[in-house]
Amino acid sequence: MKPAITAVNTPESTTQIAAARARVAALDLSQLNPADPQGFVDDTVGYVFERLRHEDPVHRSHSPVPGIDSYWSITRYQDIMQVDTRPDIYSSESGITLMDFPPGDDQQLKMFIAMDPPKHDEQRRAVNPIVAPANLKNWHDLIRERTCRVLDTLPRNETFDWVDKVSIELTTYMLATLFDFPLDDRRLLTYWSDISTANKLTNPDAPEPEVRMAELRKMLSYFTRLWNERVNVAPRSDLVSMLAHGPATRNMGPLEYMGNLVLLIVGGNDTTRNSMTGGLLALDNNPQEMAKLRANPTLIESMVSEIIRWQTPLAYMRRTALADTELGGKQIGKDDKLAMWYLSGNRDESAIAEPDRFIIDRAKPRQHLSFGFGIHRCVGNRLAELQLKILWEEILRRFEVIEVMGEPIRVRSSFVRGFSKLPVRIRC
Amino acid sequence: MTLMRAATDNRVPGIDGDCGGNCACATCHVYVDAAWSDRAGVRTASEREMLNMVPELKDNSRLACQVTLDDNLNGMVVALPESQH
Repeated sequence: MKPAITAVNTPESTTQIAAARARVAALDLSQLNPADPQGFVDDTVGYVFERLRHEDPVHRSHSPVPGIDSYWSITRYQDIMQVDTRPDIYSSESGITLMDFPPGDDQQLKMFIAMDPPKHDEQRRAVNPIVAPANLKNWHDLIRERTCRVLDTLPRNETFDWVDKVSIELTTYMLATLFDFPLDDRRLLTYWSDISTANKLTNPDAPEPEVRMAELRKMLSYFTRLWNERVNVAPRSDLVSMLAHGPATRNMGPLEYMGNLVLLIVGGNDTTRNSMTGGLLALDNNPQEMAKLRANPTLIESMVSEIIRWQTPLAYMRRTALADTELGGKQIGKDDKLAMWYLSGNRDESAIAEPDRFIIDRAKPRQHLSFGFGIHRCVGNRLAELQLKILWEEILRRFEVIEVMGEPIRVRSSFVRGFSKLPVRIRC
Repeated sequence: MTLMRAATDNRVPGIDGDCGGNCACATCHVYVDAAWSDRAGVRTASEREMLNMVPELKDNSRLACQVTLDDNLNGMVVALPESQH
């Protein structure tokens, strides 16, 4: 089945889209549960959002999964903006994903994205310099050199997995650099990233919680060694050194260190990885946009923003109401949890013109929700854009045709909207 | 009319205004020239919060979407942080 959120016009896909839309239309509103990962595996969640935006944009949703239970789905751009910019009402302290764990459960990781001011601001400031202009400038050449090397060694005229050979390889290299992590061990970062977002309750193939925590403890012990090597020498410009020396982070307990590592690993890895794959797929599905790009490579910059909107690699962020409040005409109760569905807001026609079309030269391409807004806005957004920009510059320089050879395999998660496989072939 | 809107309407590079003027992205960070800082006003509460997150905060940092233009500011000089070049 062709990806449903993608604009495609073959007769076959038109029938499938109509069928998927009809299935969603037949459901009672109360049955709509966008957090069901099945809608992400088969990429039909877009029809659920389409209906919610029109009929019930602030929607009381119910999940059968214990720990998720009931939550509000916020589906329109402006409502999401309102929630994201009021951390005084909509707190991050109870976590940024819908799953709740029993109090005291180690699985509820402490990390600065899941904190409110002032502690959030203090810890975030410790790692902020990682994206300072001087660092970005240093990495520019490094990213280009690696991108060239990875692209030059790809197989020609045979099918291979773009996710593994390009998206994972490039983002994992970058992440290893940010941590000054031993390059030969860099795939451990990919592994830990996948492990930390795995959830047995929503994905039967995920490891048991005890196994997951045991692996994360191995991650912690590896990174504790790096911390100890760096804490007693002069501060350097890598994330571990910044955490070890930062006034707000140097006294973190082991679990808080673990949580912040998970945050930085997932934030720097899963997101750009899936935009690297999603962009290739979007261009394959929209040959007229590919033709536009080839004719005018200066469109790369606006295309990168459009890819990030189109993919929305993190589909939502969760908030928890600190007090009774009102949103979009609905009464939100204290302690209610809300999902700001960035994926839905990025398809909201009241904020974005022709949102269901992938348009690489659209007006105001940067006005999308994928990085979040407000104090929790993505730290690494400029770096992500830089990596994607260089990737596409070097692709255009080398390859005439990259064909998608089969359907992508999508990750079973309503949080990380991504791909585990995309078979492609470079024809030359 | 805010300073951010004036810049984006006239395609001034370096002022992105990703959030459309909601004081929520800090992509319109500017340094207000000392001669103009009084007239440009003081930071709002949400502006202070967002400026907390920028890599190159200075005493004269403002978010251009929170600076409303009027005749008093005719001729104002602002500079951009390096991260927005």
